[in-house]
Amino acid sequence: MAKVQKDLKYTENHEWAKIEGKTMKVGVTDYAQHAMGDIVYVELPDTGADFRAGEDLCVIESVKGANDVYSPLSGKVTEVNSELEDSPELINSDPYGSWIAEMELSDPSEGDKLLDGEAYEKLCEKLEAEEGE
Amino acid sequence: MKRTIFYDDHIAAGGKMVDFGGWELPVQYGSGIIEEHKRVRTAAGLFDVSHMGEVSVKGPKAEEWLEGMVTNTIAAMEDGQVIYTFLCYPNGGVVDDLLVYRKSREDYFLVVNASNAEKDVEWLSDHVREGVEVEDLSSRLSELALQGPKAEEILKKVASFDPSALGFFRFVENVEVAGVKSLVSRTGYTGEDGFEIYFPWDEGRQVWKALMEAGEEFGLLPAGLGSRDSLRFEAGLPLYGHELSASITPLEAGLGYFVHLDKDFIGSVPLAAIKKHGIPRKIIGLEMVDKGIPREHYEVRAKGRTVGRVTSGGFSPTLDKSLASALVDADAADGEEFLIVIHGREKRAKRTKRPFYKKNYKR
Repeated sequence: MAKVQKDLKYTENHEWAKIEGKTMKVGVTDYAQHAMGDIVYVELPDTGADFRAGEDLCVIESVKGANDVYSPLSGKVTEVNSELEDSPELINSDPYGSWIAEMELSDPSEGDKLLDGEAYEKLCEKLEAEEGE
Repeated sequence: MKRTIFYDDHIAAGGKMVDFGGWELPVQYGSGIIEEHKRVRTAAGLFDVSHMGEVSVKGPKAEEWLEGMVTNTIAAMEDGQVIYTFLCYPNGGVVDDLLVYRKSREDYFLVVNASNAEKDVEWLSDHVREGVEVEDLSSRLSELALQGPKAEEILKKVASFDPSALGFFRFVENVEVAGVKSLVSRTGYTGEDGFEIYFPWDEGRQVWKALMEAGEEFGLLPAGLGSRDSLRFEAGLPLYGHELSASITPLEAGLGYFVHLDKDFIGSVPLAAIKKHGIPRKIIGLEMVDKGIPREHYEVRAKGRTVGRVTSGGFSPTLDKSLASALVDADAADGEEFLIVIHGREKRAKRTKRPFYKKNYKR
């Protein structure tokens, strides 16, 4: 059963977003890291780069393949988690503690479109039920 | 999707099932690809490879006919021997790579890639002639691969014969593994010592369980398709559709050792000409200098131009490096510095020796 942290916002593509005012920290969920398998490299976005909501933010490489991570909301990257450069496997062991990028949001009201913890948990349950069939 | 008889065992072991060419097989189990990979290198892993194709070639003309079909020399084989070889198209491209087991000069057992099995049987049947019978056994046989330095000790506990007496690329038949009549060869696809075990489809459920129990004290893990691929990649073993295909000859793949141009076979004339006039492309090994993971089809550049493509690439768990095999133009193959285009950006790579991992066979 994938872990869901109730106080975060989520996308249907399994990114999490921690929003405080105009800043957002982005990572991938427990469900996502489990589906990717052993993570061996994170190609971090460039600081200062702008992304629209839903645009390719970065790539997480697992042993199995490359996985795109999309920006949950529109904004500019202000910081990246450089710890992931040498220890990408932190995403496997602590997906909600391992943020990838911090962004300054251009329109925080977009956040209403994201899933809350409960809705995302339901999505995971549904997907896991389908997989178990 | 097709399931092997071990489907329930995979689920019970936490197998993450995927669609692999129409077969529902585990890409990994709970411990993950890296751990499974390392375990095969240091202890042992058990792979369900029941999806592989098996073909029987029999008859008074079997030896002579097979000689004209494959690139390696059949006439030099002994009973109980296995060889690695290719079926080629008339232009020298590869129909499939396969193992040929000789039971007798009139009875051979071929093991082919699952994804090519139907095509291979058709190819063989189209060329068959009097005195030769080709029969597809794929749906009637299961196959398990027990691989790793502890494989011999594990198999010894449940086999009716002494596996230590079995030489590299040799096989025995009509032996028992966990009480099931089997054919066992000292072969594999990991670069480690190990065995491949074939037995009737509907009789072998207990073989998986017996091997897993026998292997517990040695650290045996069930291993999925993910580590099967990363292990073969490190060991420089080709995978059809990557390093070999209808448009990549075995000579380009650097596998000329298994292509005997002193005999006639389908494709021998163009392959001899290619060898004489120079092999146009070559598979080389690359190691990333910049960070990034090279993957299949990524473009390879050198000296300002495109020189080829990655055929297989990824992270090597044993060497802790990002590596690639790439098919490049022969005139670029001796270069030292290359660029691989990863997600739209040029990343530096340097040429390195293939195989990346030195095979650890018992000879």
